[in-house]
Amino acid sequence: MTTTYREAVRAALRDALTRDDRVFLMGEDVGRYGGCFAVSLGLLEEFGPDRVRDAPLSESAFVGAGIGAALGGMRPIVEVMTVNFSLLALDQIVNNAATLLHMSGGQFNVPLVVRMTTGAGRQLAAQHSHSFEGWYAHVPGIRVVAPATLEDARGMLWTALCDPDPVLVFEHGSLYNIEGELADDAGAVDIDRAAVRRPGRDLTVVAYGGTLGKALAAADQLTADGIDAEVVDLRTLRPLDTATIVGSVTRTHRAVVVDEGWRTGSLAAEVSARITEEAFYDLDAPVGRVCSAEVPMPYARHLEEAALPQVADIVAAAKELGG
Amino acid sequence: MPSLGADMEAGTLLEWRVQPGDTVHRGDIVAVVDTEKSTIEVEVFEDGVVEALLVEPGTEAPVGAPLARIAAVAPAAPAAAARPTRAVAAGRKRAARPRKAKAKPAARPGTAEPAPTVAPVAAHLRASPLARRRAAERGIDLAAVAGSGPGGAVVAADLDRATVVPAPAAPEAAVPGPPGRREDRQAAMRRAIGALMARSAREIPHYHLATTIDMATALAWLAETNEQRSVSERLLPGALLLKATALAAREVPALNGFWDGSYRPSPAVHLGVAVSLRGGGLIAPAIHDADRLTLDELMAALRDLVGRARAGRLRSSEMSDPTLTVTNLGDQGVDEVHGVIYPPQVALVGFGRVAERPWACGGMLGVRPTVRATLAADHRATDGMIGARLLNAIDRLLQHPEDL
Repeated sequence: MTTTYREAVRAALRDALTRDDRVFLMGEDVGRYGGCFAVSLGLLEEFGPDRVRDAPLSESAFVGAGIGAALGGMRPIVEVMTVNFSLLALDQIVNNAATLLHMSGGQFNVPLVVRMTTGAGRQLAAQHSHSFEGWYAHVPGIRVVAPATLEDARGMLWTALCDPDPVLVFEHGSLYNIEGELADDAGAVDIDRAAVRRPGRDLTVVAYGGTLGKALAAADQLTADGIDAEVVDLRTLRPLDTATIVGSVTRTHRAVVVDEGWRTGSLAAEVSARITEEAFYDLDAPVGRVCSAEVPMPYARHLEEAALPQVADIVAAAKELGG
Repeated sequence: MPSLGADMEAGTLLEWRVQPGDTVHRGDIVAVVDTEKSTIEVEVFEDGVVEALLVEPGTEAPVGAPLARIAAVAPAAPAAAARPTRAVAAGRKRAARPRKAKAKPAARPGTAEPAPTVAPVAAHLRASPLARRRAAERGIDLAAVAGSGPGGAVVAADLDRATVVPAPAAPEAAVPGPPGRREDRQAAMRRAIGALMARSAREIPHYHLATTIDMATALAWLAETNEQRSVSERLLPGALLLKATALAAREVPALNGFWDGSYRPSPAVHLGVAVSLRGGGLIAPAIHDADRLTLDELMAALRDLVGRARAGRLRSSEMSDPTLTVTNLGDQGVDEVHGVIYPPQVALVGFGRVAERPWACGGMLGVRPTVRATLAADHRATDGMIGARLLNAIDRLLQHPEDL
């Protein structure tokens, strides 16, 4: 069936709410308003106010409540409007959710799922547009995933709920409207492995979330220059599936890592370091990176576009490596 | 400087056949170049006007270095603007890389490159980790390889254009001598053949097939045909074998082409003919479109090619074009040849001598002229079944000599 990313996420939420009584959705405007990005539209009517709960404007409070509910045996899905706002809940996520299993000597799992929107491209300016998933990927004790396709939007949530430990799901804001075919029986997918979205021989482009589409478009353009690019979708940002990345680079001998985060201390830096550590003797060129300009995300459209990794930047970086 | 064979990494310009201002056409001979193997006439691939000669006669230049600048003829104005610019850019890029200048065996007097200031301490050599690893595996001296990667770094693909360069004997530089001294040429050719054949043996998983072909029909036809001809017009059995091989190669395109990471078939059949040189050594230039030549044309082309190969006057396209090589050691009295493929080709056909041998035919033992045809082929590109098809086709074609 033809569907959108937004509808796929909604289908995943509906499926989870239907399958398990312990599951509930909580966050700002998720109920009456239908979600800030209209993802949960209709769910309040369908499942009632106990299962779809509007939260007060306090990320720290409702993420903390989610952790408590998880400890109490529930399977909460907490929605945070954007990753920028999640910084208000950073203490709950990093100091509580991520640590309790270890600090309790393995007695308490925190089976919490936190969904949040990430990324720029919609002129929402510097306080709503950043990509901090790389920060969370730094933290042991949580799993970080970034669905970039309809299949993953539909399938990652249930697998995340089955994980006994906290999982953060990053939905790039530019993806909600993408439309495509999704199998009628689409269901849970793994959240362990990266995926080769396009096989190629000359160059590996590593991307995830909002940059996957750009990486695929760049790979198509590169064929005109005789460069056959392989595109790897990270899917899971923590723990990184190093084997798939390194396996690809071992075949292609060149890599460009695309990351909407800032270059310094980025997830792209981590991927690049792993390639250098584990595939050094297979590299035929330095690892290239395409990241966002190191400025707070501008509001003006042309400046925002200039600050973000674009298809042309990926193509240029690939050509620089002499693919 | 064209690559006149997979084993060539540099050549010495001997003479220019054109001057600035001359109009040249694709296929014209513009220069004569001396390689380790032979003296080669260089053909031009563009139509245009010679703008500038960038290399002096007597100068050695690496493969890929611009030798001259040719402006396209007037109607193609945009191309005319673009091409020289590119040539200049490439020239500048090379000049900026003094590192590759030395590490070549003993500079020949009078061939000094426009001496760049060479730092006394060798700069760190820019090469990718993959290129370093592969160079170490293959025994290639990275300093002798021109880099095409980011910042002029040597990347893995550059190694395929390079060959093993044994460390030069140090005092050699003191000995003066004109380029192409006999011993030099001999030694250099031995080295070049050695490097290329070593690469072939190292990289190409060869498989070998052999078949015995009854030549009675072919030789009878040949004798009949030659009866009506003067001595100089007579056909040799070798021409039949070449023609049959060329036609068979057209039938089995999987063996007629090149391997460069994957197989690329050639639409044309340019038969490389292994020619042993009088002073020793071996060269395998092409007879172009051998499948389309009549036997008379093929015979003439063969005579011409062997003559020029031994005189050291081959053309660049003859050196770089062969799509499948034939080696015939029948004259030397051997029964069969187990060949080594000439990279980047994927097959080599060998013939032994045509000799009378006992032969079973129709339940009877008789004595017939037969020849052992062999095939060495690259297992990366084909399997034995394809190879067998080629040998069978040669056999079948030789049974109908009148159609050749």
